[in-house]
Amino acid sequence: MDCVGVVIVSHSPKVAEGAADMVRQMVGEEVPLAWTGGNPSGGLGTDVGQIMAAIDRAWSNAGVVILVDLGGAETNSEMAIEMLPDDRRAKVLICNAPVVEGAVVAATEAAGGSSVDIVQQTAEEYSAR
Amino acid sequence: MDLGADLRAELVRAVATTIERHAEELTTLDQAIGDGDHGLNMKRGFEAVLADVANLSAKPWPDFLKGVGTMLVMKVGGASGPLYGTLFMALGKELPAEPTRADLPRAFRAAIAAVQARGKSERGQKTMLDVLYPVAEALEAGAAEGPAIARAAHAAAEATIPVKAVRGRASFLGDRSIGHMDPGARSSALMIEAVASVLEKA
Repeated sequence: MDCVGVVIVSHSPKVAEGAADMVRQMVGEEVPLAWTGGNPSGGLGTDVGQIMAAIDRAWSNAGVVILVDLGGAETNSEMAIEMLPDDRRAKVLICNAPVVEGAVVAATEAAGGSSVDIVQQTAEEYSAR
Repeated sequence: MDLGADLRAELVRAVATTIERHAEELTTLDQAIGDGDHGLNMKRGFEAVLADVANLSAKPWPDFLKGVGTMLVMKVGGASGPLYGTLFMALGKELPAEPTRADLPRAFRAAIAAVQARGKSERGQKTMLDVLYPVAEALEAGAAEGPAIARAAHAAAEATIPVKAVRGRASFLGDRSIGHMDPGARSSALMIEAVASVLEKA
């Protein structure tokens, strides 16, 4: 059974990588995981092409959830999803949840084999607590 | 009017030049109420468009506009990439292969709706929409003179100064966002002025 993949998108590559490290240590290796951060010149920001590449690295037939930090990370992730091939687009969801906590909660839920909707919902419920 | 490759290239150069010239000012505005990268991001985006101007401007209007939009989406690196990218891509989708001025008001209105959906924002929230809507209204009212359209755009950007932001990073500031012009409204007004002045001569 495929686990839902998790993508972490932050303006800062250090934040994204650090959050991914926490997921690996707390949840383990079974969940497909990728991170990206930084704008196309390497400064703080996000990059649509890199987000698409991260979705590809974390791809799972069960789908992928994306955790984002602020404004542009969300807008650029939405854009990246729209630019995906038709058969992938509907399986990728952005979680309205804090990036670190949301990533750990989403990956924990994904590791249990939940669907992409449930993984998203669980991460979002955690943030609403 | 001639709606050919030369005109498309001139539009690109005019917009890229005004963005380059005002990059520092846009960044300063964004440092006040945003994350301080708007000028740099827009400059990076339009430098990429400019570098590809020969290729882009050789395409017919719909493909040219989609190409410009896609380049901005991929190169800008902030929320303004998808927002301006969507504006250009939607214009490309809405305009016929050989557009005339009469096609512009409807296409512009549709493109603004696409930007509004992308940004999940509305008019009056201290964003680029606060400039785009008044310009759409000026076009619909038959404004054809470049300076009149530019004046409408700049007046609309000025009018964002007393508004409190409720979208984007500026919204975290609450009342402290009051008293600053929205950087996206400013960049929109600059681009509209550049486009209007080129089209007027065309």
